[in-house]
Amino acid sequence: MNRRLILLLPLAGFLALAVFLYQGLSLNPFHRESALMAREFPAFDLATLKEPERRVDRDLLTTGELTLVNVWGEWCPECKREMPQLLDLAERHDIRLVGISWKDTREKALGFLEEFGDPFEVNIFDPDNELAFELGVYGAPETFLVDGDGVIRYHHTGYIAPGDVTETILPEVEQWR
Amino acid sequence: MALMRLSRLLTTALVLLLVAGLAQAAAIEVREFDDPVLEERYRDLTASLRCPTCQNQAINDSDAPVSGDMRDRVYRLLMDGRADIEIRNHMVERFGDYVLYNPRLEGRTYLLWGLPAVLGLLGLVLVGLLVRARRNASNRELSAEERARLDALINRERTE
Repeated sequence: MNRRLILLLPLAGFLALAVFLYQGLSLNPFHRESALMAREFPAFDLATLKEPERRVDRDLLTTGELTLVNVWGEWCPECKREMPQLLDLAERHDIRLVGISWKDTREKALGFLEEFGDPFEVNIFDPDNELAFELGVYGAPETFLVDGDGVIRYHHTGYIAPGDVTETILPEVEQWR
Repeated sequence: MALMRLSRLLTTALVLLLVAGLAQAAAIEVREFDDPVLEERYRDLTASLRCPTCQNQAINDSDAPVSGDMRDRVYRLLMDGRADIEIRNHMVERFGDYVLYNPRLEGRTYLLWGLPAVLGLLGLVLVGLLVRARRNASNRELSAEERARLDALINRERTE
């Protein structure tokens, strides 16, 4: 009798594999840990959006103050939907926001801020994907939480929904502030 | 008449295919290389790096903006004289392990790389054991009791 049970082993193995692979089907391939987690924010030297002659570098993010760095573009519809949440974070929760104006023209980016509001202390102008490539950005919007020493502590890919503010962003801010 | 119609249909299909091919080629830029070795390496690298925002497409096969930027970077690093492994690491540092179609061999991927070899080996051992067991079984001499039973059976068949 016991010898017969051994014959069921391949079936058991197959079932285990099937369950394992079936679970993989429900994973979202965009929910994966950022390669930049716990790493230093990359070095850069770029102009700001509002003042083309003013240049900023990594020192912008090592002021000792926790900062949310948001990558956005005028051409990105999700970025528009996200602005109320960003304004709320800046105004009501007193969080410092720095924007990266990504793959945009100055004119369009400035128009965007005029229309949808401006929660950013300053915007880094990155029309040629210099800084965003170093950050591994593959679509806007993306948001990085950078601590006071310029280390990336959290990476949010995609739209920040109102629920995300209370469920993930604020707890992460509290943890690293 | 029917033949002519068929040939016209085939020509149209061929032209459509060609146009579709051209449109596809236009989405992904063509790069000129003086050095065939560099060209080969470029082709291999862009075929083995995965587009971070697509569903299972290599960056040489995708017209997503990020894939274009990654091909640019691969090209620039190649021209810079960097090694393949450096270029792959450059991408992993920015976009994560996800961009490698062949995961690197490291602590957490031992199981992934090792399991097929282990299972194959187990299978071989199992087959070996089965073959040996079967050979032993067929070589074994019949016991006296078994022989008597066999004789009885044969005799019964003959008398019936």
